[in-house]
Amino acid sequence: MKMKKLMSKAVLAVGGCVLSMTLQAADTIKVGVLHSLSGTMAISETTLKDTVLMMIEEQNKKGGLLGKQLEPVVVDPASNWPLFAEKTRELLSKEKVDVIFGCWTSVSRKSVLPVIEELNGLLFYPVQYEGEESSKNVFYTGAAPNQQAIPAVDYLMNDLEVERWVLAGTDYVYPRTTNKILEAYLKAKGVADKDIMINYTPFGHSDWQSIVSDIKKFGSAGKKTAVVSTVNGDANVPFYKELGNQGVSAEDIPVMAFSVGEEELSGIDTRPLVGHLAAWNYFQSVESEENDAFIERWKAYIKDDKRVTNDPMEATYIGFNMWAAAVEKAGTTDVDAVEQAIIGMTSPNLTGGTAVMNRNHHLSKPVLIGEIQADGQFEVVWETMGVVPGDAWSDFLPGSKDLVADWVAPIRCGNFNARTAKCSGQNL
Amino acid sequence: MDGGSDAAQTDKLRLCPKATDVDPTGPMKRVRTTQTVLSLAQRCLSGLLLLVVMVAASWADATGVVALREASQALAGASLRQVPVIVEHIEAAGKESALPLFEAMLAGNLYYQRADNRIVITRQTEGGDYAIRDAVTGESLGVVAKKSIRKVKVNNRLRSQLRATIARLTLFSANVSWRKSAATNLLNNLSADNVALLQEARAVESDAGVAELIDTALALHTLKTSTDRKIRLRALEVLDGSLQPTVRNQLLNLTEVDAQGQYREADAVVRTRAARFLARIDGKIKFFGFLETLFFGLSLGSVLLLIAIGLAITFGVMGVINMAHGELMMLGAYTTYVVQLLLPNHLEYSLLIAVPAAFLVSGSVGILIERSVIRFLHGRPLETLLATFGISLILQQTVRSVFSPLNRQVATPEWMSGSLEINSIFSLTYNRLYIFLFALLLFCALQLVLNHTSLGLNVRAVSQNRDMARAIGIRTDWVDALTFGLGSGIAGIAGVALSQLTNVGPNLGQAYIIDSFMVVVFGGVGNLWGTLVGGLSLGVANKFLEPTTGAVLAKILVLVFIVLFIQKRPRGLFPQQGRAAE
Repeated sequence: MKMKKLMSKAVLAVGGCVLSMTLQAADTIKVGVLHSLSGTMAISETTLKDTVLMMIEEQNKKGGLLGKQLEPVVVDPASNWPLFAEKTRELLSKEKVDVIFGCWTSVSRKSVLPVIEELNGLLFYPVQYEGEESSKNVFYTGAAPNQQAIPAVDYLMNDLEVERWVLAGTDYVYPRTTNKILEAYLKAKGVADKDIMINYTPFGHSDWQSIVSDIKKFGSAGKKTAVVSTVNGDANVPFYKELGNQGVSAEDIPVMAFSVGEEELSGIDTRPLVGHLAAWNYFQSVESEENDAFIERWKAYIKDDKRVTNDPMEATYIGFNMWAAAVEKAGTTDVDAVEQAIIGMTSPNLTGGTAVMNRNHHLSKPVLIGEIQADGQFEVVWETMGVVPGDAWSDFLPGSKDLVADWVAPIRCGNFNARTAKCSGQNL
Repeated sequence: MDGGSDAAQTDKLRLCPKATDVDPTGPMKRVRTTQTVLSLAQRCLSGLLLLVVMVAASWADATGVVALREASQALAGASLRQVPVIVEHIEAAGKESALPLFEAMLAGNLYYQRADNRIVITRQTEGGDYAIRDAVTGESLGVVAKKSIRKVKVNNRLRSQLRATIARLTLFSANVSWRKSAATNLLNNLSADNVALLQEARAVESDAGVAELIDTALALHTLKTSTDRKIRLRALEVLDGSLQPTVRNQLLNLTEVDAQGQYREADAVVRTRAARFLARIDGKIKFFGFLETLFFGLSLGSVLLLIAIGLAITFGVMGVINMAHGELMMLGAYTTYVVQLLLPNHLEYSLLIAVPAAFLVSGSVGILIERSVIRFLHGRPLETLLATFGISLILQQTVRSVFSPLNRQVATPEWMSGSLEINSIFSLTYNRLYIFLFALLLFCALQLVLNHTSLGLNVRAVSQNRDMARAIGIRTDWVDALTFGLGSGIAGIAGVALSQLTNVGPNLGQAYIIDSFMVVVFGGVGNLWGTLVGGLSLGVANKFLEPTTGAVLAKILVLVFIVLFIQKRPRGLFPQQGRAAE
């Protein structure tokens, strides 16, 4: 069985090579795919590589773009942050790709940023992140903090009447920045210092005993307590296991996660997690025609009926569709022309409604909150009334309150200070 | 309370709310003034078969069944906002007979049929279909496909409502552990109705533990509502020494000042008494907190011991710097996964089979590595290091190609999940407890092998003086291979334990390789006792640092300490003595 699969993969790979060689001869549009296929992040990023390849294949079946076929150029930055920058340089100067879909962690994006700005490339970044950035050369199709973290906290505060907060995260830039924003937001809402507990753990942390025990103690003070978790990657598995073992149930202390999706849950026994929460812009369980069609296409493409879809996949899907539409509209793949064409572009969300690309290179998207079910899927328990426009610069941090990003003339600046009417020049 | 019965109780306690297959008769009832004919009938027939009970239920109070069916029917297609009210109606209409329905709902097994909106309790069959039975009568309705039924939606708020409802209904159950969890739940939800119910239950309660819980709950209520000092002081006496978090919060409330600087509690006598009790409770909490941290430390230490003990043999005794040690553990963890894959119906025993299987798999891979690579690099530590590092990458990539780069799901058997509850603030998680015992057992077994078998004798001889050993006729080649195989096999066993604690993925080994070298070097190369003491003390030190410094800094501090320690004592805690050490 396994052997057969391997064989068919090998045949496909050889076929792919032959195909790409014949295509190379003709004039093609090159699409760079910059996702880790090995190392710690491979677990999440491989799926996104496959999503882009699926989108390219579908676009080619429809006749490509501008009468040309799309040609994927896949590289493997191997979860190695500096290698992301090198691979970007290779894609832009050697392969001369017209667009790149890639990156997952914020640290990889930060590593790519100077290269892509220097060589004037185009990057679609499909993962929820901490904000505080807007580059002319990057489109952020994942959620900014105000499209995930802030609504999630509002839900806990208003619907579950949470009064004490544990902000638990992995120790790197995304959780630290998000927690800084959340802390400022909670304090603005009148939460006292002693009702906030902040905790950071290293990547891949597996011994959660003391932390869960601390959370339990913190939560037994008679006020409703919730954990807002920016714990990233597979450290979540032992974390939730320990919660289950120490008898912390979702009714007592719910955990609201920003980095746990269907893909992450597919590796865990989810029965002890039922009722814990996650905030995303997309869940596989949402019933809509677009979503059903997408899931069906995905399962057919990947040839596995058990594979799940998740939020960064939807972000990749929207990003790809918008880029394709912008290329058609501009009539060229020139980065500057596409960049201007894409602003104001709309594309259907998989969960219904329409996503709009705003002038700050962020999307307007709906925010959903789901409870984990025993089958590893989420059941939506709350959603925003309409779409929420992504805010690049948080309103709750003193340094970024006055900043806006606007890439349309006359401002054309990633961090324009509205008070002093000056562009600081970073991220340009 | 003694430990043994406690273990059994907590086990049931944990099991009963999420029981997937609920007995349609519900728990057996005790004598109660408002008893219905239905519950009387059930009480008499409690031990009999399902069928008999169903007959009994059918001749029992027919109007009750009708009322319950009517009330529960509203669940079909109801929105989450409407359900709480419906649950109240069902409780009023069905009383105890609605228990199976509530429990199925809590466990997420309550569905309704699409065709006729009938509320049914489901159980997933092996084929993926659903065996359904009527939620009201328990009558079996056969097996249906997933698409002909729809789930009754539940969210967190509903789950806590259901738990409280079930608590009210099981407070009079014949099962002590059910009553205990009911009383604990009501203790945290003291409304006037619940207090009346608790008073009623107290009058007939026979179990001392449950009675104490109810007394605590009633005393809390008295303290809050009564104005008579004497009664309140008496209530305070009852609370003395209770470790329930609610009690501590209430006492804290009595002694605190509000925003205006006024005491929340006007009565000074009550206040000082409360402060005294609070101090006593805090003392106990501190003591149990210390015990808990100690346990956490020992458990972390036992994991360190497990991962290092195989290395203590290959690196410590043989002197081979084996960078592939982590990958041998990973192979052990994957063996557990494969064993579970092959025996999907015997999850409970899978670990028992996985331990010897992992030993064999990792052990034979170890022997293969030794025979094919390491023996040619004898006495060249740097090259051995590089070669084994290369092997570790090869093993990782092999696993990635065979099993996929994604983490694999290894199930935890029922007996390893949950925790052993000593009291309401101190409990030990079973998985950690078993792994601690297992690590000690493995250590003893290894000591026996090394000190009391001919293999052990040969191993020690070769490691102390290779040439002399060869001269007296020991096949050093053969001993080398077996020793390396033994160390690798132990690594495989450690992998089985790790599969219960962390992710089983291709990178499993990398996460632990540094730690295992740390322990061996700290404990003293070539000494198993050093590994034991080193592992446990590093674990404890780490856990005692963690609350003040955080997980990241605690790890760094421990590393810095070891670096300094090695400067002072380069041979570790227990250096090898005598000429062998030269």
